[in-house]
Amino acid sequence: MSSTLPTPAPAISPETEEFWAATARGKLLLRRCDDCQTIIWYPRPFCPACGSLKTSWTEASGRGSVYTFTVVHRSGIPGYRDALPYVVAYVELAEGPRVLTNIVDCEPDQVRVGMPVRVVFHDTGEGNALFRFRPDEDA
Amino acid sequence: MAAEDIWVLGIHMTKFGKHPDKDTVDLASEAVLGALADGGVTMRDVGVMAAGNLMGGAAAIGQQIQKQVGQTGIPVYNVANACATGATALRTVIMALKAGEADVGLAVGVEKLAGAGLLVGGSRAPDAETWTRRGRYGQVAAIDGRIGTETMPGVFAQIGMEYAHRYGGVDFELFARIAEKNHAHSTLNPLASYQKRFTLEEIMNDVMIAYPNTRPMCSANCDGAAAAVVVTDAKRKTLSLEQQRRCVKVSASVLTTDPWEEGCQVLPNVNTLTRNAARQAYETAGVGPEDLDLVELHDCFATAELVHYDNLMLCEEGGAADFFRSGATWRDGTLPVNVSGGLESKGHPIAATGIANIWEICHHLRGEAKDRQIEGAKVGLAHVIGLGSACAVHILEAAA
Repeated sequence: MSSTLPTPAPAISPETEEFWAATARGKLLLRRCDDCQTIIWYPRPFCPACGSLKTSWTEASGRGSVYTFTVVHRSGIPGYRDALPYVVAYVELAEGPRVLTNIVDCEPDQVRVGMPVRVVFHDTGEGNALFRFRPDEDA
Repeated sequence: MAAEDIWVLGIHMTKFGKHPDKDTVDLASEAVLGALADGGVTMRDVGVMAAGNLMGGAAAIGQQIQKQVGQTGIPVYNVANACATGATALRTVIMALKAGEADVGLAVGVEKLAGAGLLVGGSRAPDAETWTRRGRYGQVAAIDGRIGTETMPGVFAQIGMEYAHRYGGVDFELFARIAEKNHAHSTLNPLASYQKRFTLEEIMNDVMIAYPNTRPMCSANCDGAAAAVVVTDAKRKTLSLEQQRRCVKVSASVLTTDPWEEGCQVLPNVNTLTRNAARQAYETAGVGPEDLDLVELHDCFATAELVHYDNLMLCEEGGAADFFRSGATWRDGTLPVNVSGGLESKGHPIAATGIANIWEICHHLRGEAKDRQIEGAKVGLAHVIGLGSACAVHILEAAA
């Protein structure tokens, strides 16, 4: 069951430092273009849509829906091997971008395309947390 | 066009297939010397050179080739752009000519792939007992077999099935019929890897590599090289009438990459950059798909050929299956596609492919394609795509 998925600490770059720091406070940050308002994923200091260098952080609602997913039944990756079967999914955030993530806190066979989900954070023990998504009963 | 026109003066490709007795430098040198002889010039006339070899791992392949064909001290650009490497080499010297740096340029692409098997993913080592994140791309584990595939047959199988799902009217047999066509075409091409006609049943019952592509629906790994000599319009006018008559005009030379989109981060999008390249090429050349007499497109798999009918705008959007079923793309159809046999049958020595397809078009435009000549061909289009991605489209026209 997916609650046992490992939580390896991320590699942090200057562009993602604030993003990862916010995860420790239970916040999902997104970069937004100040010129064309495009929401940028993954965090980068420029806008991939218009090229602008004027971008700033905005806090995401943490809500979204499953765009697509797969259930992993075989994995040779140490750690993940013990968590089989688990769900790898694209979640389309309410703000627009699709993020690659896991769906947790439900049986893999309960996951459906379009299913409302909300973000949860799994502590890495190193001052930040991994964002994953769980079914959103309130939606 | 602002800059002056560029012309293909000489062009040559080696036999595609197994060449156990020749290395990449041998094959490339044969192509270069053939192209120089075809154009009636020597290395003394060449002012700039570009060379591509993707899988050989040889640094400075261009300089190695120069030692076999002639060292004159000219600049050589060693280029790599996945399956678009050969076309990139050609475009590099075209740009140098347009920039006024030289009036004769030489481009060559070479690959040795016979017996190489799956190029990505299939030969991946088993996962280690411990996994460590490292580097820019090692932050996530390998996706192959977990959330998609990195193998070329797998990727292009999905691309074909995506098209089938989006527009309908496409099935396994239709894809197999595309391979049937290309294998039938190559029976007229003495330089093709395979010159064997396959029946539809043979194709459909062969080993399934990645549904819906069976083995004869996949590009043939083989050895080969191709080279082209290009000249400026001013230089062309100084040449003999016979050389001028055989020159083929490069009406468009376009190279594109993926524009940013909120798309899939696993399955590559081969459609948008191809469509963009085609649009730019038609605009630059001042011709439309309806003006083309033949097309050599990047049928690395039968599924790829179908989607590129659409991407190159040879048919209505979503109409590729009907377009193929009409018989249009057979050599006796209204717009013959891959009369060389294409990558599926002529073969796909990666870095050579983007010049070899131009060799094919040039031979038809010159009226020198013998048994497989498309009668009266005046305008042709050559297309390649390399994943990563890079797409090149060249439009060529016969000398008036």
